[in-house]
Amino acid sequence: MATLSVQSVKKSHGAATILKGISLDIADGEFLVLVGPSGCGKSTLLRCIAGLEELDSGAIVIDGANVTQSEPRDRDLAMVFQSYALYPHLTVRENLAFGLKMRKTPPSEIVTRVAEAARMLEIEPLLDRLPKNLSGGQRQRVAMGRAVVRRPKAFLFDEPLSNLDASLRGQMRIELMRLHRQLSATMIYVTHDQVEAMTLATRIAVMKAGELQQVGTPDELYQHPANQFVAKFIGTPEMNLIPADDARKLALVHSLPDGTAQVGVRAEDVHVGHGVGAADAMVEVVEHLGWEALVHLRIGALALVARMKDPPAVGARTSITLDAAGLHFFDGTGARIFSSNDRASAQRARP
Amino acid sequence: MKAVRNALVHVVLVIASMITLYPIAWVVKMALTPSQGFSLSASPIPEHVTLANFADVLGARDGGHWLFGRQLANSLAVSLAVTAVGVVLACSAAYALSRFRFPGRETSLRAFLFSQMFPGVVTSIPLYVLLEKLGLLNHLAGLILVYSTTAIPFCVFMLKSYFDSLPRELEEAVLLDGGTRFIAFIRVVLPLSRPALAVTGLFCFLTAWNEFILAATFMNDPLSFTLPVQLQRYVGDYSTEWGHFAAGAILVSIPVMALFFALEKHLIGGLTQGSVKG
Repeated sequence: MATLSVQSVKKSHGAATILKGISLDIADGEFLVLVGPSGCGKSTLLRCIAGLEELDSGAIVIDGANVTQSEPRDRDLAMVFQSYALYPHLTVRENLAFGLKMRKTPPSEIVTRVAEAARMLEIEPLLDRLPKNLSGGQRQRVAMGRAVVRRPKAFLFDEPLSNLDASLRGQMRIELMRLHRQLSATMIYVTHDQVEAMTLATRIAVMKAGELQQVGTPDELYQHPANQFVAKFIGTPEMNLIPADDARKLALVHSLPDGTAQVGVRAEDVHVGHGVGAADAMVEVVEHLGWEALVHLRIGALALVARMKDPPAVGARTSITLDAAGLHFFDGTGARIFSSNDRASAQRARP
Repeated sequence: MKAVRNALVHVVLVIASMITLYPIAWVVKMALTPSQGFSLSASPIPEHVTLANFADVLGARDGGHWLFGRQLANSLAVSLAVTAVGVVLACSAAYALSRFRFPGRETSLRAFLFSQMFPGVVTSIPLYVLLEKLGLLNHLAGLILVYSTTAIPFCVFMLKSYFDSLPRELEEAVLLDGGTRFIAFIRVVLPLSRPALAVTGLFCFLTAWNEFILAATFMNDPLSFTLPVQLQRYVGDYSTEWGHFAAGAILVSIPVMALFFALEKHLIGGLTQGSVKG
C-alpha cells in the first residue's frame, strides 16, 4: 500500500477551471472520501490521480515518486468506475484475470489470485458468467474484485454505488468497509452522497467549485465545520442557519461573537418544549423516522428543524431553546468564527 | 377487434411482399424461359422451363478461358480486397476521430462528408487519369484502389458513430489494468464492435461487388471484367439477351444473398446497437 500526495493541482477544460490548485496528502491505509456537489471537480481530481487526465500544473506523488507524467498503467492504481466498466465480452473470471495478464503474472498465480478475490467478494459461483447475466450488485462486486485481484498501491472509487438501489447501497457500504479493514489499503472514494462519506471515511475532503473546503475526520466535519458550506453539506438534516439579527431578536442566543452573520445549530441541538427563556414556535411538519422524528418548526419567517423522540402534534405551538454548546458562528463570508465552544471542545479533546 | 386488425395488417403485408417480389419473380421467369425476348404475359410463372440460359452464362469461354470463372474470381478478389482494406483503414481512422482531439480532425471529418456529396461517376475522368499515370488501368489493383476510396469515407462515419457509443470507461479500465491504448483497441473495442464491423464489411463488399460503371470504364479486357460488367454486356445497342441477363443477375446475387444470411444476426445487432443506452 502507499501514501499519496496531490500537490497544487490545477486543471481546466477550455475556459472552465475545474481544479483550482488542490493540495492533499493521503496516508498509507487511509480511506479518504472526496465529497461535494455535482460539478465540484471531485471526479476530475480522481481521474488526475489515476492518470486519465493531464494536469495543467501541480504534481501527483505516490510513495514519494512523482508520477505526474507517468501513464496510468505505470502508477499501479486500481479504479472502480461508476458504470463498473466490466468488459462485456469476457466472463467474470476473464475480467478478474485481465489486469494480471496485462502485467504478465504467471498463469498459476493468476488462478490463485482470482480464486482468492472471488472468495473474498463471494462471487465464486459467478466466475463463468458474462457481465450481462449479473445483477447490479453482482457487477459491483466483480468490479471491486477486478481491483482487489491486482493488489495495487491504492484503490480509486468513482461513485461506485450510485447506480444501486438504497438497500443494496447500504449493504455494499458495509462490504467496502470490510474490504478496507481486510486489505488495510489506501482508498480514495468519490461521492456526492454525504451519508456515504460519513459512514465510509477515515477522513473526508469536502470540495466546492474546484476548491477544498475542509479536510478532516467525519466527526471533525460534523462538529466543527470550517464554513457555512461544509456545515450545510455535512449532516442530515442539514444544519439550521439563523441570521444573527433574528437570533438576537428572538433571544435564541445570549451573546454572539463579533462579526457573526449566521448562527448554525444542528437539529439535535434544537430543544422543543423547554419552556423558560424560549421562543415560541409552531410545528409545521413532523417526519417520523421510527426511532426518532424530525420536527419542522416555524418562528415567523424563520424555519428550523429539530430532532427528537416524542414529537408534538402538527399545528401545536411550542417553545424552543438552542443548546449553547452546539452553536456555530459564521461571518459574512461564510467562514467559521472561532468561539468559546471550539475552545471548550479543543480542551476536551486534549489528552 | 384485435383479430380484424391483425388480419388487415397481414393483408397489407402480403400485398407489399407481392409487389416487392413480383419483379424478382419476373427475373427468375426470364432466366428460365428459352427465348431471349420479353414474354407479354403478366404471369411470373414461365410457360416452358429450361436451364439453358444458366448453362450459356456459366459455360461461356473467351480464347480458351472459362469466362464466368475468371470474372467471378475477379469480382471476389476485388470485393474481398476492398472489404479488407476498407475495414482496416476505416477502423483505425474512425477510432482516432472518435477518441482523440488533434489539429485537422474537424477538417478531415468534413472532407470525408464532402467526398460523399458527389456521384461516383463524376470522379471517373480524374480517376481514369490517375490510374493511367499509375499504370493501373485494366488492373484489378486499380479497381481495388478506386472502390476503397469510395467506401472508406462512409465506413469511417459509420464506425466513428459506433465507437462514439462505446463507453470510454472500458478503455480507461484497460489503461489502469496495465494495457496500452492499442491493447484497449484490439482487445476491447474491436471485439465489442463486431456488429458495426459486419455492417461495414458488408457495405464495402457490396460497393465493390455491384459497381459496374467505373469497372466498365477502367477495364477493357473481358478476362479482367468483374461480373456486373459482363452482365451489362448482355444489354446491347441493337438487341438485349434478356435470358442471359436474368440468369447472370441471379448468379451474381447468390454470393451476396449468402453473405447476408451469414451476417444476418450481426447486421440486426449492428442496426439496433447504440439505440438504447446501456
